[in-house]
Amino acid sequence: MMSNMKTMFDLNKIDSDGGKVNLNTNQPVQQEIKNAIEVRNLNFFYGSFQGLKDINLDIEEGKVTAFIGPSGCGKSTLLRTLNRMYDLYPGQHAKGEINFYGHNILSDGEDLNLLRSRIGMVFQKPTPFPMSIYENIAFGVRLYEKLSRSEMDERVEWALNKAALWNEAKDKLNQSGLSLSGGQQQRLCIARGVAVKPSVILLDEPTSALDPISTGKIEELINELKHEYTIAIVTHNMQQAARVSDYTAYMYLGSLIEYGKTDEIFIKPKRKETEDYITGRFG
Amino acid sequence: MTESTQSHAMPTPQALRIAKLQRVQDFLFHGITQFFALSVLIALLGIIISLSINAWPALHTFGPAFFFTQEWDVVNGEFGGLIAIYGTVVTSVIALLIAVPLSFGIAVFLTELCPTPLRRPLGTAVELLAAVPSIIYGMFGLFIFAPLFAEYIQPALAATLGQIPGLGILFSGAFNGIGILCAGLILAMMILPFIASVMRDVFEIVPPVLKESAYGIGCTTWEVVKNVVLPYTKAGVIGGVMLGLGRALGETMAVTFVIGNAHRLSPSLFAPGTSIASTLANEFGEAEAGNHLSSLFALALALFIITFIVLAFAKWMLSNMERKQGLKT
Amino acid sequence: MNNSSNIDPAVFSRRKRANKIGLALSVGAMGLGMVFLLWILSVLFFKGFAALDLSLFTADTPAPGSDGGGLANAIVGSLMLVGCCTLISTPIGVLAGLYLSEYGDRSRIASITRFVTDIMLSAPSIVIGLFVYAFVVAQVRHFSGWAGTIALALIAIPVVVRTTENMLRLVPGSLREAAYALGTPKWKVAFMITLRAAQSGIMTGILLSLARVSGETAPLLFTALNNQFFSTNMNAPMANLPVVIFQFAMSPYDNWVNLAWGGALLITFAVLALNILARVVFREKVQG
Repeated sequence: MMSNMKTMFDLNKIDSDGGKVNLNTNQPVQQEIKNAIEVRNLNFFYGSFQGLKDINLDIEEGKVTAFIGPSGCGKSTLLRTLNRMYDLYPGQHAKGEINFYGHNILSDGEDLNLLRSRIGMVFQKPTPFPMSIYENIAFGVRLYEKLSRSEMDERVEWALNKAALWNEAKDKLNQSGLSLSGGQQQRLCIARGVAVKPSVILLDEPTSALDPISTGKIEELINELKHEYTIAIVTHNMQQAARVSDYTAYMYLGSLIEYGKTDEIFIKPKRKETEDYITGRFG
Repeated sequence: MTESTQSHAMPTPQALRIAKLQRVQDFLFHGITQFFALSVLIALLGIIISLSINAWPALHTFGPAFFFTQEWDVVNGEFGGLIAIYGTVVTSVIALLIAVPLSFGIAVFLTELCPTPLRRPLGTAVELLAAVPSIIYGMFGLFIFAPLFAEYIQPALAATLGQIPGLGILFSGAFNGIGILCAGLILAMMILPFIASVMRDVFEIVPPVLKESAYGIGCTTWEVVKNVVLPYTKAGVIGGVMLGLGRALGETMAVTFVIGNAHRLSPSLFAPGTSIASTLANEFGEAEAGNHLSSLFALALALFIITFIVLAFAKWMLSNMERKQGLKT
Repeated sequence: MNNSSNIDPAVFSRRKRANKIGLALSVGAMGLGMVFLLWILSVLFFKGFAALDLSLFTADTPAPGSDGGGLANAIVGSLMLVGCCTLISTPIGVLAGLYLSEYGDRSRIASITRFVTDIMLSAPSIVIGLFVYAFVVAQVRHFSGWAGTIALALIAIPVVVRTTENMLRLVPGSLREAAYALGTPKWKVAFMITLRAAQSGIMTGILLSLARVSGETAPLLFTALNNQFFSTNMNAPMANLPVVIFQFAMSPYDNWVNLAWGGALLITFAVLALNILARVVFREKVQG
């Protein structure tokens, strides 16, 4: 990650599109594309009902990938396989491979708690813990790191800044998380997720329960966060997907219909089903 | 590049250590909580086993006929449970006959008739009544109710219902106040708020839209209750009644004060008698080891098993009600 | 189509009458219930207040035939018995309730436990007393406050288990999921998140169990028995209000009967106060 950052700021090596250029040949350099997560032949079952059919998908590091589709298409199901959240419920199981930086997280004996500390999730409904704002953020950090009081204070401030909540919360860190407004609570949940410094952040319809102003703030947040984190977002709001994501995956009835760069999907989709959905012919 | 790949997927050694510790902690958590949850089951088993062991000598000596024998002779060591069982059953039946219709009326009042601002306080009043310890009812019965019962109600009953041929024998005998009927009435007062609360809770589960559609076609309140609320809550009502019966069967203090504590079987409701619980309360302290003590244990075992069956049935009925509502039991 | 109504006036008035009668009976039932409540409580207050003076709290129970006396030893004894019972039953009940709510969906043992717990809620308390007698008192050959505590705990635990499980189930699954999503291990999710979110509801359950055992007489009859003198020795028979009331009320001595009423008032007051406190705590949680 750090090596990428250094080259990005070396203006001599960037062409007008922002792509990297080899100084000697003046030709664009193929950026080495790294996938944070690679899904291979994923099938998912709720009991005997198949929720996901043969999904193959890459989630590129440092980019925002959106999952869109009508209700019941499996986009949330897919998101929740990525951090094995379904494991909480008996009768739900997944077959296939999900490679997180080369490591298959569907393997037996996978430590789910460790996995979830590397792949974080923010939910549709804001869920502040029944504790102070400070404690909400410190809770996750304390699980796997031992920080001194001042280090923790720094981390809390850093996380709240990342979530654009520091200015509003800095004077009430000791108040309950529940005393914040809905939009603020959701940003608190984002701060909580960011504080443990995961590699991937999964967002499950993070703004559907919020008003338009909070929604706008959070979309700005996503644009900032993607520089340091890989983000996957489920949204039923197509315009949101178009606004924030680099890649989009369109799903229908448990299958992945089309996947590609957001611009291509929205302007020139390859499949008719995608086009029908995007133009609002159904859904 | 490989290094940063590793830092994503491979956790730090510290994290690995913590994760391992957490697995142990989760295992312990599961085990400890399961153990304590099982303790209730173990207690139940313990009760049944312990009672059975102690009841065995009497059951062995007297056989199953124990429960149908009228004898209770401490001096000669001849025991039978019939009198106590009769007292338990009759007082409970009397209590239910009185408490169930009244509870029903109270529940209907609280859910349909009561003006809304009064609903919460009156409902709370009923629940608080249900919390009053039974010994209070016993004292009330002995000192206040029984004398009034003897002076006014018993003569009135004897003069009216006592004149009906066939029924008359139920109301014969001296007007002592204390006795089977008095115990039944005090027991009724005791379980009334309990059954009323359960019925009220059950009636509140009826979806308002069902009642509204009945009102909408012009049904009177009474018809809504009879034709919509009751059929919908049938299982819950039965469950509530059974719950009250279970409580009544096992009640000690409210009954012991006023039942008269006499080992006599009489057709009259005015006569003193005894119930299983009051026999135990009165005699256990001085019973000598041997058939007397063992017979008491046999009575206790019988009471426990009967109550268990009644309560299990009640729970089954109430959980059918909850399932209908979509709640989990 | 003519405009005349199809309503048969005879049927209509019959229905109206039935309605009036039914509702009148219903109001009557409520009235009767309230009359009984007020009657019992007012009798209790009158007779109880007559016995209420300072000596009630300072003097010990009097010997048969002697004058005056109080209930000091019984009050202290009851406080100790109920206190120890709560110390034992609360952790057991809360942990059992945690098991039923956090692991209870998958387990057959959990459904059976839930079923049995609900039944034990209404089981005859005198039988429980007899069990503890056979299991504890007969083994060590003496009555004790500890035996009484165990008997009371067997009655309190189902109450705590039931309310704890119900309160924990009310905590939304999304809160638990949010904790798991951070990598929290199950036991921490249960203790630091779920239990914490349900804490006032669980508090209510504990208060209700306290109220319940404060008034129980039968389980103490053959376990803690009674003690005429002041004692804080839990290993010996322990004076307690309910058994004292039982003995004194049925006795021929006037001062004993008087003290019985005083004790009855104290117990009722404690039970009602605890119940009201439990409701207040719960309402604050719902509104807060």
